Amino acid sequence: MTPQELCDTLKTTFGDSILEIKTDAMPDPIVKVAAERMKDVALFLRDDERTLFDVLMCLSGMDYTGGKLGVVYHLHSMKWNHKIVIKVEVPAENPHVPSVESVWKTANWHEREAYDMIGVIFNGHPDLRRMLLPEDWVGHPLRKDYQVQEFYNGMKVPY
Amino acid sequence: MQETMTSPAGVPGFGRALKTEEMVLNMGPQHPSTHGVLRLEVVVDGEIVVDVVPHIGYLHRCFEKHCEHMTNYQQVIPYADRMDYVAAMSNELGYVVAAERMLKIKVPERVEYIRVIMAEFSRIVSHLIAIGTYGMDIGAFTPFLYCMRDRERVLDIFEQTCGARLLYNYMWIGGLSHDVSPDFADKVKSFCKYFRPTIKELNDLLSYNKIFIRRTANVGVLPREVALNYAVSGPVLRGSGVKWDLRKNDSYSVYDKLDFEIPIGAGKKGTVGDCWDRYMVRIHEMEQSVNIIEQAVDKLPTGDVQAALPKRIRPDAGETYARTETPKGELGYYIVSDGSATPFRIKVKSPCFVNLSALPAISRGAMIADLVAILGSIDIVLGEVDR
Repeated sequence: MTPQELCDTLKTTFGDSILEIKTDAMPDPIVKVAAERMKDVALFLRDDERTLFDVLMCLSGMDYTGGKLGVVYHLHSMKWNHKIVIKVEVPAENPHVPSVESVWKTANWHEREAYDMIGVIFNGHPDLRRMLLPEDWVGHPLRKDYQVQEFYNGMKVPY
Repeated sequence: MQETMTSPAGVPGFGRALKTEEMVLNMGPQHPSTHGVLRLEVVVDGEIVVDVVPHIGYLHRCFEKHCEHMTNYQQVIPYADRMDYVAAMSNELGYVVAAERMLKIKVPERVEYIRVIMAEFSRIVSHLIAIGTYGMDIGAFTPFLYCMRDRERVLDIFEQTCGARLLYNYMWIGGLSHDVSPDFADKVKSFCKYFRPTIKELNDLLSYNKIFIRRTANVGVLPREVALNYAVSGPVLRGSGVKWDLRKNDSYSVYDKLDFEIPIGAGKKGTVGDCWDRYMVRIHEMEQSVNIIEQAVDKLPTGDVQAALPKRIRPDAGETYARTETPKGELGYYIVSDGSATPFRIKVKSPCFVNLSALPAISRGAMIADLVAILGSIDIVLGEVDR
């Protein structure tokens, strides 16, 4: 499918849940989806015969500043060899996004990393623990307003 | 950490309490077979692995946070070197491809060819280490020495080109830090001539060794569907019989002008997607890399390698996701720019991180000794897993 067709398919299937479409973006089309419908969109994109996005290439947590967090999904289809970028945006004080772990297993660790670094909470994730930092670390370092803690277990942190 | 092991819920991430006959075994963080600082919590029932819970992050160096605090895009490159430190050239290539796509820079042909040669050399180096240490994991010490001997020759070529043997800062956005020396082509050709027979030597010594086959064939089978669902890439994906290589399927640089094959696992000694298949894909890839290097050196055009260096690196606001085929698999850089000279966000999709996440899925039901064989066949570098 061409980028335009992909976006049209999503628009006709999900209607108002598709918030924004950018087909001229480089290099793949970008579609912004309402956060609460993310898992339905993911399932549709994976299973529909026309899209068949069987590989989740990358999942990135984002801090857009101004109290907005986000998650970016880069998808690829082995069969059709097309790509799409899906974005969701959530408020920083209530950052809940449905987990796509049951759709693509690879999302398990990616989502844990996004939770660890940005603080997005993935509803329905089977094992949402910190990925890279210790379990008792305070804060989410990739937030733009992150302040490093003074002491960690009695050790001075900023050196 | 200690009390979590005996907590009523069992091991965090295991999903249920331990049964009476089960016990938790800690492998790592300091363990010779974990290829770095990786800790595996292994739930075992006798000798049989019930589940594996990897704990990573011991080598986390805040790569992504550092990128946001650089003064410019160029300064990211030395950090990119230090992710997969046994194949630093490939990391650089991935980053400069992404950055040049954002800046819409077209680099001279000579630069592209030199980059391809360096990236393929780094593939050979990385696979040599993967193969050598894999043999050592399983109990064969000699192949490791053979691999290191050949690796030295490649490092000599790197050293002659840019002065560094391990971490190069060689590929710059829009060009290279140095042109190659006048006798570069001869050196490269003599290496290729030397290296082909040593692959056969390695095959005789390790690949077709009866004990080695018994340890790796039919062990840690990763079926095609599971591989795709876990989005594994590189030799791990190809070992499962998927003909997928970004150099051909999503071509970048000048790979479309070079002729090479994509080796895949065929289950020659056991089942498709077992450890031996993954191992053998690496051997065949080294042969293909030699082919690529020979072609690239013959086609190497003349020109100035710094002709396209930008005066100021300030991409327009926007984003790009660029992926390249490193020795470990698909390395992706997701770069977001807000129009300033500093990256707004750089996210690295690390192939080792993703490949390691499939480890629990393929180790359940294996023997403890096989767990070492499975981990080695995935070929991870913790510098890249943890970033």
